[in-house]
Amino acid sequence: MNFSEVLKQSNQLCKVSPDGKYLATCVQYRLVVRDINTLQILHLYTCLDQVMHMEWSSDSLFILCAMYKRGLVQVWSLEQPDWHCKIDEGSIGLVSSRWSPDGRHILNTTEFNLRITVWSLCTKSVSYIKYPKACQKGMDFTADGRYMALAERRECKDYISVFVCDDWHLLRHFESETQDLAGLEWSPNGCVLAVWDNCLEYKILLYSLDGRLLSSYSAYEWSLGIKSVSWSPSSQFLAVGSFDEKVRILNHITWKKITEFEHPATIVNTKAVVFKEVEKRPVVGSEDLSIHQLTMDNSLFSTQSKYEITQLPTQVPVIKPDPDRANPKIGVSAMAFSADNRYLATKNDNMPQSLWVWDMQRLGLLAVLEQTAPVRCFVWDPRRPRLALCTGNTKVYLWSPAGCVSVNVPVEGSFQVQSLFWHCSGSSLILLSKEQLCLCYMEAEEEK
Amino acid sequence: MGDWWTPTMMPDPSLDTKELSSISGISMSPSRRNSHHSLHSTMALPKTSYSVLSAFCTEENISQCIAYISQEVCSLGLTGVSLECKSGGLSAVPVLNLLYEVLQLQRRAQRALHELESQQLKNGSDLEHLQHSNCRLKDQLEHTRRENSGLHEGERQLQLKIKTLQNCLKSEKEEVQKLQSIISSRATQYNHDTKRKERECSKLKERLNQLLVDKRDKKLAIEVSNYVGRSDGKRSLWKTGKMEARHEGEMYRALLSDYETRQRSLMLENSELKKVLQHMKKDMIAILSPKKLCVKMEPADDSLEQAGSEGEEETADSSRETLEQSCEQAREQLTNSIRLQWRKLKSHMERLDSQVSLVACQEREAEELMSRKEHEEEMQRIRLELQQCKEFIHMQQQLLQQQLSAPCDDETAALLNDCYTLEEKERLKEEWRLFNEQKRNFERERKNFTEAAIRLGHERKTFEEDRAAWLKTQFLNMTPFVDRKRPALPEPHSALSVSTEPEAKLQSTPPLLTKSLSYTVFSTPKAAPVKMPSTADLYRTLQLIPESRGHGKCQSGEMLPKSRLRSCSTDCSVISLVRDENSPI
Repeated sequence: MNFSEVLKQSNQLCKVSPDGKYLATCVQYRLVVRDINTLQILHLYTCLDQVMHMEWSSDSLFILCAMYKRGLVQVWSLEQPDWHCKIDEGSIGLVSSRWSPDGRHILNTTEFNLRITVWSLCTKSVSYIKYPKACQKGMDFTADGRYMALAERRECKDYISVFVCDDWHLLRHFESETQDLAGLEWSPNGCVLAVWDNCLEYKILLYSLDGRLLSSYSAYEWSLGIKSVSWSPSSQFLAVGSFDEKVRILNHITWKKITEFEHPATIVNTKAVVFKEVEKRPVVGSEDLSIHQLTMDNSLFSTQSKYEITQLPTQVPVIKPDPDRANPKIGVSAMAFSADNRYLATKNDNMPQSLWVWDMQRLGLLAVLEQTAPVRCFVWDPRRPRLALCTGNTKVYLWSPAGCVSVNVPVEGSFQVQSLFWHCSGSSLILLSKEQLCLCYMEAEEEK
Repeated sequence: MGDWWTPTMMPDPSLDTKELSSISGISMSPSRRNSHHSLHSTMALPKTSYSVLSAFCTEENISQCIAYISQEVCSLGLTGVSLECKSGGLSAVPVLNLLYEVLQLQRRAQRALHELESQQLKNGSDLEHLQHSNCRLKDQLEHTRRENSGLHEGERQLQLKIKTLQNCLKSEKEEVQKLQSIISSRATQYNHDTKRKERECSKLKERLNQLLVDKRDKKLAIEVSNYVGRSDGKRSLWKTGKMEARHEGEMYRALLSDYETRQRSLMLENSELKKVLQHMKKDMIAILSPKKLCVKMEPADDSLEQAGSEGEEETADSSRETLEQSCEQAREQLTNSIRLQWRKLKSHMERLDSQVSLVACQEREAEELMSRKEHEEEMQRIRLELQQCKEFIHMQQQLLQQQLSAPCDDETAALLNDCYTLEEKERLKEEWRLFNEQKRNFERERKNFTEAAIRLGHERKTFEEDRAAWLKTQFLNMTPFVDRKRPALPEPHSALSVSTEPEAKLQSTPPLLTKSLSYTVFSTPKAAPVKMPSTADLYRTLQLIPESRGHGKCQSGEMLPKSRLRSCSTDCSVISLVRDENSPI
């Protein structure tokens, strides 16, 4: 495992182009595009203000930089560095900006969710979509980029509009059977739309592309409901994480529950392996404080850690959520399927230090990673069953079916990994600290 | 109490009979003062008056007395008849009778009195006891009454509490209802408000939108240096009805393709499953068919059923083959046949199970009978082997450990050391063996010695006996009748007389020898073999033996102790021989 030198970034704005060739980072009001392999600067663009949001177009030809405070969006072209485009949303304000899947339209959501403005780079035309709903995830494109589903709110009722992204033709418009729609998400094959209600009611609805209600599912009533939803890459499973600390897996044929994964505080499942991170402060004896130690400069100050397999049954550290506050820290808030559909990683909010990995073939618990600090972020390798996670310290952790490893980021000073993501080839991992970034190359490990 | 009563009751009837029997001749004589006295006492007459006054009867008033007494007696129901005599005096017999009667009466009365007294005592104690118990019971009653009242009080209180609690509950319920209604009203209110707000909000948004549109926000603009071509390279199209239709078509196509892929995958899965099912079925048939052969020996109905189902199976098979495509009809058939097969397999398995268990049982029994011994032997052998193996392993381990623990240069030394110790051990073992052998020899010798000692003791005893006998014969020889008894014996030598005893002994102790002798003797003169020699024969042989032994005896006359010794020695040798035979065992 090799690490690159540390680069600067701000606002965690660092994206790899969809084709995997370039790395774009924002430093204050500057946009830097580098070659992913050499990390040499290819282009340098200067924006009008500090960039709040940055996004690659799907064809890796354009980069969008949004400055929400000013209500401005600037677009840069990689092919023609002198080409530029500036979109001003004017006095109405801007809260969100994104590319349409074709990479030729920009969708700006104005303040108060008043409307969505669709700007075309081809025709300079502008069109509006009224009544978008302000919610957790009110807009989603299909994976092939042909359709967009949008949650709307009109006359105190939830509606869903399906647009054809080609020409923004409204394909379907139907009322959804939700009290207060919280989010929607297309299945990866783009044929089923999962729609879920907000946390006051456990309700998930499945609509076909043509607006037919395929099924609805509710696990229980009178208690806080869905917290997170995730499709498996094959569209075969729909994982629904809820406030009752369970994940329910629905199948794609009957849309009924296949199984549910509990997150018990005491793990007794003998088929599961519990990896516990154990920190070890290096013992610095007087003779150890020699050249050898000093060359490994930062290891002197950072703690080493390793995983130990815990004997079952074992207790997982649990925090007690404050019941008087809204959005209590309990329940499954994040789930991710591995690219090969075999594994599901989940995080239960009242066990913030633990990450759970489930085997989708056996439909059972496979591993639990018990970290010393709360898990910040976990991402699957897009190619292999390999999970990377970080906990806000100087280490990056990797899990694979073969085992678990903790790697210290060997850079000068302290590099506290706040978030991370994979390069689309799975060959490297981009680690982000508060104001820096670092590439971690996995080739060496792969060769082994 | 009843027990106590019976003996007192018993004498009563006898007394009565006595009374009756003696009634006829009762007469009373007042001469006996004490009887009178006793009578008086029973009659509860004041003693004082009797003692103070002059005697009841004097010479003068005898007749009056008699009359009085007879009257009294009559009044007592004793028929004091004719106390007065013709002679003017009192005849003793009736008086005595009367007296006796009176005495009896008195005794009975006294006994009754006693009984009554004791009864009274008893009754008194009973009464006391009853009073006591009564008191106790009263106390108890009081106590229970108090308790009862306490409980009643408790109950009352509890009921009160219940009542209050019920009231509370009712009020709580009411409150809950109230709260619920409040909540619902609030909820409706809230919903209403939110709706209103939302409506307002949307109205505001609308207005804002309108304003924005009307105002023509100068800033709202896009600046593009030059237009970009579409990513697909095509030009954008106008929005027309045709486009709409195309979109619809595309959507449906997408859906259709999705359904198709799904159907294809399902078909694939289905065919896989079917294949598996077929395979399973084939396997089942394969498993079941050999069984059919053996089953045919079994009850006919079973095999018949088997055959029938088999035939049906084949038809189903063939039909299924043709119906593979349209699974609607085939499905049922398939599942049915599979189910049938499965059931058969199950029953077959069960039967097999039972058979196996039966056979196993029988085998076990047979084996148990036959080869327990073998088993044990085998077990013993295996155990021995195990032990050996264990030892071997242990030794190896030890060696290994030694090897491991010892540094490399010490290895050879350790090895040598090991060799030495092994040698030493061998030697020690050898010595131990020798020592054991010696010990055994010694033991044997000791045993022989003790044996000899015992024999010597025996000899000595017999010698003593012999001597005593000899002395006796000597003594007897002195008497005249001895001569008569032994006329046939050869000239008795002083020492020879002793030999008679050994003869007798010979006769008694080694009868076999004599017998064989007699055999040899008798067989020659007579053809018919005599099994048991009669006493006459015996005598004859005895006579013969002395003859044959005559000179032997004469010889051995002085050498008796020597011959004894010899016999002893032979005996000894025999015994030692036996010992030798025994020793290896």
